[in-house]
Amino acid sequence: MARNRQAAGWRAIGSLRGVAIPALLLALWEAGAALGVVPEDTMSRPSAIAVAGWRALWDGSLVLATIQTFQCALIGLALAAMIAIASGVLIGLLPALEAVVGPTLDAIRPVPAVAIIPLALLIYGFGVRMEVLVVTFACVWPILIVAVSAVRGMEPRLMDIARTLEMSLAARLWRIVLPAVLARIAVGVRVSAGIALVVAVTVEIVLNPQGLGYSLTVAAQSLHPDLMWAELLWVGLTGWAFNRLLTMIDRRWLWRFHAWAGA
Amino acid sequence: MIPNALQVRQLSMSFGTHLVLDRIDLDVSDGEFLSVVGASGCGKTTLLRLLAGLIVPTAGEMVALGRPISGPSRERAIVFQDYSRSLLPWRRVWTNVALAYEVRGVPYKERRGRAYALLERMGLGAVGEYFPGQLSGGMQQRVQIARCLAQEPRVMLMDEPFGALDALTRQSLQDEIARLAAQQRVTVVFITHDLEEAIYLGDRVVALSPNPGRVAEIVRLELPRPRHQLTTREDPAFLGARHRLFNLLVGP
Repeated sequence: MARNRQAAGWRAIGSLRGVAIPALLLALWEAGAALGVVPEDTMSRPSAIAVAGWRALWDGSLVLATIQTFQCALIGLALAAMIAIASGVLIGLLPALEAVVGPTLDAIRPVPAVAIIPLALLIYGFGVRMEVLVVTFACVWPILIVAVSAVRGMEPRLMDIARTLEMSLAARLWRIVLPAVLARIAVGVRVSAGIALVVAVTVEIVLNPQGLGYSLTVAAQSLHPDLMWAELLWVGLTGWAFNRLLTMIDRRWLWRFHAWAGA
Repeated sequence: MIPNALQVRQLSMSFGTHLVLDRIDLDVSDGEFLSVVGASGCGKTTLLRLLAGLIVPTAGEMVALGRPISGPSRERAIVFQDYSRSLLPWRRVWTNVALAYEVRGVPYKERRGRAYALLERMGLGAVGEYFPGQLSGGMQQRVQIARCLAQEPRVMLMDEPFGALDALTRQSLQDEIARLAAQQRVTVVFITHDLEEAIYLGDRVVALSPNPGRVAEIVRLELPRPRHQLTTREDPAFLGARHRLFNLLVGP
């Protein structure tokens, strides 16, 4: 017990250690601004940033922008996951199919997602749909690649079992293939989740008048560096929280699908 | 007249130009326990996969229970040697066993009951809620056997099922499988490279010679059942068969 408590104490100090550098930087920053060393027209002082952030949170503008950005990122990610898992499983199971669609996919894949922003604008105009389209395009690839290789790397024995039990195609997919590849696909989804946020914010900064990216641009262009900094930190914080959430889902719900489950 | 459980005529299998099995003839009667021995690389596993219907022969005929083998069937269960790769690691022990019931649409409560009944019989009643990775090798192999029994097969095809287990676990599983085969009246084709195991379990032992795999000899065993790990292995008939097969497979 005593040792446990001691260990917990060390852990607490350990996690505090990680906060030391940001805290020190903030203190230096604030002091620098107060002394006039740090230019306040670009590097607002931390206290001003905190006030601006608090205000933006309170009047709802930051919350609205966050909802808009995450709406596009999540819809795009979900669409990408569905498309990529379905086609990835199909390509993985049918090597003949890869010979047909592989070269086409390889040709499309290197196109930078931001390069299709003009195209998306032509198709849908401003709004949620064009942003979702760009996010989906960007998010498909990591999941698709992981899905194909996961299906390829499946234990062949599992298919023998499915065949011996005379499983239907649907049963094979649902009871054997998907559970066997789920853990690896989840990794692809987490990679794509990061990309989804990056792309959503990029589309908003470049073009689409909504969400966190647009707020950032407006704050900077209307010479409100304090608000811009607050939003910047907020974007980082929400992205981090989103990633943590996905990691938690993976640990809590998907652990049994990892190859080492129970071992 | 009861048809033979398995009937194999002039069965050949080659992979590319490599001839693995050469004109195998074999009859396995209903309820028989047939052991197949042979050095590694003589096509034992290929023979079993052919009988399971998982691969298609280059030439020859196979008939199971009066019907030609055209593909895998629930009637023929296969127990693999590497138990750890042959269970679904994301499923609990009992849902692994219940897989066959699930595929047939047995309702949840009933399949749970039946899976647990099988697990009880295999001495696994206490670990039904575990995941396979949490069990020892011997227990995992028991789970795999239970899963195969759940598909209610007429024929069990076993591919060196106890090869990776320690000697004590192996012996207790040998007795268990002999008991189960007798109880269920299931036909067993049991592949092993362990001569004594083949004799101890089998009604007959088929010895395969390598390169390409051919039936070298079939020995019928007149050993009383139930068999006993000590007395059966000391039986003159056991020793006689062992001598004969040893000379055949390893050389005098």
